[in-house]
Amino acid sequence: MTKLVYFAWVRERIGKGEEEIDLPASVKTGGDLLRHLKTLGDDYAHALEHENVIRIAINQEHVEHDDPIAGAREIALFPPMTGG
Amino acid sequence: MAGDAPVIVRVQTDDFDAAAETARLTGDGDAGAIVTFTGLCRDEGGMLAALELEHYPGMAEAEITRICREAVARFSLLGIAAIHRVGKIAPGENIVLVIATAPHRHAAFDGASFVMDYLKTSAPFWKKEHFADGRTGGWVDAKESDDRAREKWA
Repeated sequence: MTKLVYFAWVRERIGKGEEEIDLPASVKTGGDLLRHLKTLGDDYAHALEHENVIRIAINQEHVEHDDPIAGAREIALFPPMTGG
Repeated sequence: MAGDAPVIVRVQTDDFDAAAETARLTGDGDAGAIVTFTGLCRDEGGMLAALELEHYPGMAEAEITRICREAVARFSLLGIAAIHRVGKIAPGENIVLVIATAPHRHAAFDGASFVMDYLKTSAPFWKKEHFADGRTGGWVDAKESDDRAREKWA
């Protein structure tokens, strides 16, 4: 099981802040994860429609979409940041 | 000394006191310059009732700390503090405080500016607008100008 956490409008569109899911072995990168989640329902498809906008963090550190997710305890998906 | 310069990072719902935080970073006589930046919530011409700040607990603090340590090393700062508020913040209220201390002014200005430019684009915080007429607005869009501001340090 992998813990997924969502923030801001990604959280709102998916309809939950976090969940634990089993990922198929074919999901090897962050980009694979986005494409997999989009098959899980309309809420996911809507939240992740524009894949290139979604930021990914693994174990609370920023990663690129083509970075491997092997060994991730926690994967976060969120929009571009707007703090400060 | 970059190795033992104090790095103070906090994410909190409560307001902060810039003068008290500044006093905490100074006092031993090494600093010749203190730059203090405070970011406030604008009212957007009377339209805005509040901004709601969301963050990724744990990663937000870790990312700001990483940015602050990089600033200390790069500009040989004597100390750095970065405090970011979360929750609902009304127009005129404080959102973020950055304080950089250094022997001379250029390092202190650059250090504070560097931390803000990276914080805006790399620290996991998001703003949602609540309007004065009761409507909940959307999430604030990230600005390309903020990305460019960061790139100038690359």
